[in-house]
Amino acid sequence: MTGPAGAGGCHHPAVESPSEVPVSTTLPSTPESPETGTARVKRGMAEQLKGGVIMDVVTPEQAKIAEDAGAVAVMALERVPADIRKDGGVARMSDPDMIEGIIGAVSIPVMAKSRIGHFVEAQVLQSLGVDYIDESEVLTPADEVNHSDKWSFTTPFVCGATNLGEALRRIAEGAAMIRSKGEAGTGNVVEAVRHLRQIKNEIARLRGYDNHELYAAAKELRAPYELVKEVAELGKLPVVLFSAGGVATPADAALMRQLGAEGVFVGSGIFKSGDPAKRAAAIVKATTFYDDPKIIADASRNLGEAMVGINCDTLPEAERYANRGW
Amino acid sequence: MSSSPPTIGVLALQGDVREHLVALAEADALARPVRRPEELAEVDGLVLPGGESTTISKLATLFGVMEPLRDRIRDGLPVYGTCAGMIMLADKILDGRDDQDTFGGIDMIVRRNAFGRQNESFETAVEVEGVEGGPVEGVFIRAPWVESTGSGVATLARLDDGTVVAVRQGNLLATSFHPELTGDHRVHRYFVDMVRAAG
Repeated sequence: MTGPAGAGGCHHPAVESPSEVPVSTTLPSTPESPETGTARVKRGMAEQLKGGVIMDVVTPEQAKIAEDAGAVAVMALERVPADIRKDGGVARMSDPDMIEGIIGAVSIPVMAKSRIGHFVEAQVLQSLGVDYIDESEVLTPADEVNHSDKWSFTTPFVCGATNLGEALRRIAEGAAMIRSKGEAGTGNVVEAVRHLRQIKNEIARLRGYDNHELYAAAKELRAPYELVKEVAELGKLPVVLFSAGGVATPADAALMRQLGAEGVFVGSGIFKSGDPAKRAAAIVKATTFYDDPKIIADASRNLGEAMVGINCDTLPEAERYANRGW
Repeated sequence: MSSSPPTIGVLALQGDVREHLVALAEADALARPVRRPEELAEVDGLVLPGGESTTISKLATLFGVMEPLRDRIRDGLPVYGTCAGMIMLADKILDGRDDQDTFGGIDMIVRRNAFGRQNESFETAVEVEGVEGGPVEGVFIRAPWVESTGSGVATLARLDDGTVVAVRQGNLLATSFHPELTGDHRVHRYFVDMVRAAG
């Protein structure tokens, strides 16, 4: 049996019952003297990213292009997911020199990826001063049973999820932000749509449950009862929910926003296309005006070639990143 | 205080818009998101939310909000900026991008990311002049601070070490921290009162 299951699995004070105000970041008590690394500070950082686009970059030059285009943050990693698929081998945390180069190149937040369960990579990333750590299934997992204990860090974490139970298990472990996984490096948005719809549908279903039913729901979801109850009351996750994996066009980004994502991650979709700077700026515009087809149409004109892409139903099971994480 | 509630917009190009909409509604304003020049024309006051100031600045220019908002600020529109919003209200910024534009209006110099990176983000109690009922919950996230102010600017809050984290000049209000991330809406109520008084 893997992952924290059943009621009472989560004792951290940060996930106590919310106030009556439906703002998920309302957490109790303010310290008299300054305190870093609190749940409110970690989750609040993600709130500032909402409505924005976070772009994968592998060099300081790409980071500059992303910032110029209006990205709210960049994600430093060794290779973009499309190249990880193409090259094969083991994908790891990016080189610290590269990460520091990217931190020095831009004024927006810099995120970086660690392998699932590789808490030493995460410790290194925290020591380098990255603003958010992505415990990412796109990299080769280091632990196939346990994820990192994210409460033990002052740096906040974002984690992937394909459904509500998985999202809540990550939050119970200390994730301060969730992204639906999609299927990174394919340029195919179908899995991103599936995962986001799944999470939203399961939240909607919880809204209709009474107190008696929430205990069984927690058991089915394999998630802590307190978190299940909080989601039922809020009608949303207690942390920010972005979409990721397969977004390649402005219309893709707007689609994910209309389906309820609070922002999008774009990886290979930008730097594996014909004109990265132009496409990046177009995706930023479409993410802000996600409900305005005229603006999305304008943003979609003359972008050059999109990445070629892979059809997800031709992917062997072993090459599906969404299956990683437990 | 029997007048009808003022209409207050939240600039919704990017950032924690929803939290401000909730806080304003709790403070008895009609709150609505603003992304276009014609929506800006319909509000009695405006909140500039937390977010990424580089992104907000770029989108404001691209979608024609920059100049109309500068005009309305000159005409006395009440505006409240939190964090990125404080940066957007500063006449001058330090550690910004070379091409980064602000709406301006407050005669101050603001330093971006002044406290450090996310690891240095913190929360602490802050006493704000004019806000009754004890200190507010100050949540500082990659926050800016006010480096210096002109003579027309009132300092409303300082940290223990003297760092200026809230200011007001006429109808313009700015805080380094995020009251919208707490359940305490007294700062928003203070702003709603500013909007009523200006109306």
